Amino acid sequence: MTPRDHAAVPSRRLASRRQFLLGGAVAGVGAAVAIGADHLLSRPAAPSSATSPAATDAAAEQVHGADIVMFHGKHQAGIDTPPAAHATFLGLDLREDVDRDGLRRLMRVLSDDAARLTAGRAALADTEPELGAAPARLTVTFGFGPGFVTRAGGAAPGWLAPLPAFGIDRLRPEYSEGDLLLIVSSDDAVTLAHATRMLLKDARSFASVRWSQSGFRRARGTEASGTTMRNLFGQVDGTSNLVPGTADFDRLVWIDDGWLAGGTSFVLRRIEMNLDTWDEVDRVGREQSMGRFLDSGAPLTGKEEHDEPDFEATTSLGFPVIPDFSHVRRARSDNPDERILRRAYNYDEPPGGAAVSRSGLLFGSFQADVSRQFTPLQRRLDELDLLNTWTTPIGSAVFAIPPGCEPGGYIGETLLDV
Amino acid sequence: MNISSRSALITAGALVLSLGLAGCAGSADAAAPSGGVTAGTTSEATAPLALTDAWAKAAKVGDMTAAFGTLTNDGDTDLTVTSATVELAGTAAASEIELHETVMDASGTMTMRPVDGGFTVPAHGSLTLEPGGNHIMLMGLVSDLVAGDEVSITLTLTDGSTLSVTAPVKDFTGANENYGGEDMSGMDHGEHTSDPTP
Repeated sequence: MTPRDHAAVPSRRLASRRQFLLGGAVAGVGAAVAIGADHLLSRPAAPSSATSPAATDAAAEQVHGADIVMFHGKHQAGIDTPPAAHATFLGLDLREDVDRDGLRRLMRVLSDDAARLTAGRAALADTEPELGAAPARLTVTFGFGPGFVTRAGGAAPGWLAPLPAFGIDRLRPEYSEGDLLLIVSSDDAVTLAHATRMLLKDARSFASVRWSQSGFRRARGTEASGTTMRNLFGQVDGTSNLVPGTADFDRLVWIDDGWLAGGTSFVLRRIEMNLDTWDEVDRVGREQSMGRFLDSGAPLTGKEEHDEPDFEATTSLGFPVIPDFSHVRRARSDNPDERILRRAYNYDEPPGGAAVSRSGLLFGSFQADVSRQFTPLQRRLDELDLLNTWTTPIGSAVFAIPPGCEPGGYIGETLLDV
Repeated sequence: MNISSRSALITAGALVLSLGLAGCAGSADAAAPSGGVTAGTTSEATAPLALTDAWAKAAKVGDMTAAFGTLTNDGDTDLTVTSATVELAGTAAASEIELHETVMDASGTMTMRPVDGGFTVPAHGSLTLEPGGNHIMLMGLVSDLVAGDEVSITLTLTDGSTLSVTAPVKDFTGANENYGGEDMSGMDHGEHTSDPTP
């Protein structure tokens, strides 16, 4: 994904979602709320500060809190919309007594919460409505695990199952599987915490939290939007990615038939990154393991981040410039259909014992078909990828992502209302 | 201070919404706030009164609970709601329904009691029904109200006209104030908070 494309396409998408709210419905509730949010967010901290230098700075700075990504649409938000700075992934287990009707009630309540909160409005029965006034591009994306689809009596796609076991995996149950997925994402961590709490309060009588995994990227405004993220190894991470708005994206991300039409699949892999052993590797070794330069992210055969890697190029000694064991080489398939939409977040948890860090990557991947797109790629990396020396998958989960819904509808209606 | 200005904002949003629903179906659909739950849908055109963001608290059969929302009057005269009915799947949800206010009694305890003369919504104004304040009181639930159910609330005004909206049922652990004039030994101090597990 080039920075140009990345910046242009998703922001156009965002603009259209925002026009829907602000331009299309001038007298609609969205406009009133957006104005309200602006009012709340731009209010000075105290009247006495009105003439202080701090107030002047506040007037000049750009405030993003009122930015909205529309919840409703053909597809769920949070897939082809720009990644926000923070994300929390929640894996829930359904309570045993929840039947198909219970699933319908659950998804209606959660969809209503999500529609309101993402628009910067309080959820019904929201006890802290002020915390939701700044959505800051809040999105909520729902996914169904195998247990959910079975409980609904629906037809599960063949790929909706745990991934095949890989030799490098050291999976832990506390980071794996789950019946219901919620991906809650926002540029603001306070908004995110409130939305997560509200959704979990309303899910509580139907499901319990199996795992909660939070991650982050650069803060909004730190870098130009569309800049490829860096992981905590310092690598530019996710250069080669599907670009929203392209034919390849539509073909390789969206499912086109059945109750999942307009939906997709999601794989979450929790990948532990051993920063202590990575520290022992010098810069050249780090670049050889990745196949890219650390500063620019360019392939070792190129100058710019988005230059195509030349796997045929050799050194004066006859060795490939991009080593066969490098991550870039191993992740690349000759089959153009074996591509995915990456959406990764860093994590950095409190270390235990003598360790000074416990960090890694929440590797999220959207694709139309897990078995045809994700699994072959992961198999190649499992067989050989020098990066495996320092990385270990410790969590894994697969979900079906249903399509979006229109106002008045709810996520999951194509499965639960038939 | 912050809370009162936020209330004003909510009021403004509800007002615009009711206008949108009444005036232009197309744009109202586009701006409809609810995803899965159709809250605040006016089914009978009744004066300029709207009830938006309506919801009811989940509770067990035989127990009491309440419904909430925002009443908005877009007209030039004050309007008064004198009674309410609440139905679940076409059947009365409770054996008795009253319009309640919450007041502080002599001992400083917040107590609920029937409001004299009903809920009056001022011209071009609004009245918020919320936990700890005015609310529609349901006593003697005929069946469980569980999260995600939808109830139909019908309000009757002084002139006999009615307003019906659908409202989702939500789990809520607040709204445990005392009820004046009844034996509320089980309702005090959160002892009767709704059990999240059905």
